[in-house]
Amino acid sequence: MSEAPADRDSILELTELTKRFGGLLAVDSVSLQIKRGEVFALIGPNGAGKTTLFNSVTGMFRPTSGRVVFDGRVITGSKPHEVARLGIARTFQNIRLFDFMTAVDNVKVGRHVRMKAKVWDSLFKLPRERHEEERVTEEAMELLRFVGIARFANHYARNLPYGQQRRLEIARALATEPKLLLLDEPAAGFTPQEKVELMELVRKILTRGITVFLIEHDMKLVMGISERIVVLDHGEKIAEGPPEEVRKDRRVIEAYLGKSA
Amino acid sequence: MPAARSLWSRLHLRERIRDRDTAVYGVLLIVALVWPMATIFATGDTFLTSQAAHAGTWVLLAVGLNVVVGFAGLLDLGYAAFFAIGAYSYALFASFQLASSPLHHAYHLPFWLMLFVGMFVAAAFGAILGFPTLRLRGDYLAIVTLGFGEIVPQLFLNLDQWTGGINAIGSIDQPSLPAWITGPWAGANDIAIVRDFNFSFDPVAYYVLIVILIIGAVILVNNLHRSRLGRAWMAIREDEVAAAAMGINTVTTKLLAFAIGASFSGFAGAYYGASFGLVSPDSFLFVVSVTVLVMVVLGGMGNIAGVIIGAIAIYFLLNSVLSSLPANLQSLSNAIGLGWLNNSNGAWPGLSELAQRLQFLLYGLILVLMMLLRPQGIFPSRIREQELKHAVATEEETVVEQAHAS
Repeated sequence: MSEAPADRDSILELTELTKRFGGLLAVDSVSLQIKRGEVFALIGPNGAGKTTLFNSVTGMFRPTSGRVVFDGRVITGSKPHEVARLGIARTFQNIRLFDFMTAVDNVKVGRHVRMKAKVWDSLFKLPRERHEEERVTEEAMELLRFVGIARFANHYARNLPYGQQRRLEIARALATEPKLLLLDEPAAGFTPQEKVELMELVRKILTRGITVFLIEHDMKLVMGISERIVVLDHGEKIAEGPPEEVRKDRRVIEAYLGKSA
Repeated sequence: MPAARSLWSRLHLRERIRDRDTAVYGVLLIVALVWPMATIFATGDTFLTSQAAHAGTWVLLAVGLNVVVGFAGLLDLGYAAFFAIGAYSYALFASFQLASSPLHHAYHLPFWLMLFVGMFVAAAFGAILGFPTLRLRGDYLAIVTLGFGEIVPQLFLNLDQWTGGINAIGSIDQPSLPAWITGPWAGANDIAIVRDFNFSFDPVAYYVLIVILIIGAVILVNNLHRSRLGRAWMAIREDEVAAAAMGINTVTTKLLAFAIGASFSGFAGAYYGASFGLVSPDSFLFVVSVTVLVMVVLGGMGNIAGVIIGAIAIYFLLNSVLSSLPANLQSLSNAIGLGWLNNSNGAWPGLSELAQRLQFLLYGLILVLMMLLRPQGIFPSRIREQELKHAVATEEETVVEQAHAS
């Protein structure tokens, strides 16, 4: 991973990122810049390539071409665990928790990448390892409190109510100490009340100095919390800018509502 | 006695016993301690002690395979290969075998050293096998391990210049210690210290050794289970994609599961070589891998205490219940006046002969019944318990939904 000409303001910079699946161009030469400490939203109709873009950033897919620069490093084609180590965490559109582990253990898995215990430490339960375990349990509980689900700490993840599962996924992602948090439709299936609470949570996350990059369908939610928006349609970037501008963009309206004759 | 009471309460014995696994461990430990004394006293010989020592090898194997299958969720069908590697590493370097090999020099390395060498060699082979294959998932991995399990005994068979091939390696050195303590528990009259003790074929000594090895293995595996690595294994088992997104290097983590699992097998192999005195390629066939897997699944995948019970139960079933069934049936029928059942007559082979022939059918039936009646294993991990309840619940939901839909 080489150093890239750093723009100190931007935490993530995509340059002509393209992902092709056979004949399908899922992400078509998308460029964008996310500034430190902002909430950046990616919107677009179903199948626009939003999740594919996330997957290309986090190393789940290797981009066909283009460049991903995170925090001054080129991370194009890095493995998912390397990307996580560098400081990008994510949640999934269709929740992917560790179903048969408790909520607190789920969060502790998130701490994995910041823990130091080696095999030998664990095999022989050296004091160093024991202290780390105690500390990590504390930290995991703290995060569960932060997202407001501490009372579910010892429940299996799959037994949590739907909304709390989404929160648990966020807690697990935060446990990796990310600089950039990717949220893939965090409010999908939420009631209006839950959406309001989620917006509050996102604001709380921002105060921790974490940049938030989110995919969202709900225009109102996006307009409410994000500073800038990129609109994707058929893999292409069709609009970018502050919410009020994007809302009026003719191509955006067409993409969402279809071309009126 | 307030002092005694505070010690009592400080041990939290009551809470511990309430925890099922701790209770199982406690019972196992007590049985293990009194076993030689009790059986020698009851039967007058050490047969049952040596049986138990032999069963211990299987327990060690099952505890090791549980790391791979139960914790990390990787189906390994060639586990016996690592057992063979451990056994052969000890046999080659602790017998006269290498004198007749191209090396022309026999090595007699001490058992205690080779125990760890066997462990590391097996772990290394686990890693070597794992490295190219662990990118595969599920069924594909199972097939590759199956292949490996077939190749290794074949290699030991065909490299006869080194291993003696089908002639096996015999008169393997037995472990020895500078001092050993013997007493009434081993059938001796008095407690005495024996100098320059050689294990030779002393069943009680092997029994003590295997019990110590198992206790050590269980403590280590338990520690791993509740550690950073143990959580990473479970995360991979639950959802590999999400685990990778959380920063877990899935390839090295799975590799560690393979290597650590294999190392226990290597450990067991060295012990097996020493206690049996003979290592032959046909002791490590596919059926060994499958038997260990059955022990793990039947005992309760992912739960160490359950796996130990499973190993003991299956060993007992195969080597005691089923193998003595023909003789027992014969004497039973004689005793209740149905002795004519024992005479072969036309198509009727006689009761004991029939039992002999049907042994493995019975074994199969017992396994099928066990899995039907208790699919989660004898002492399942809480996770498996939940999982199966969950499966049943979803099935019921679907049935209800379908009923509503139609």
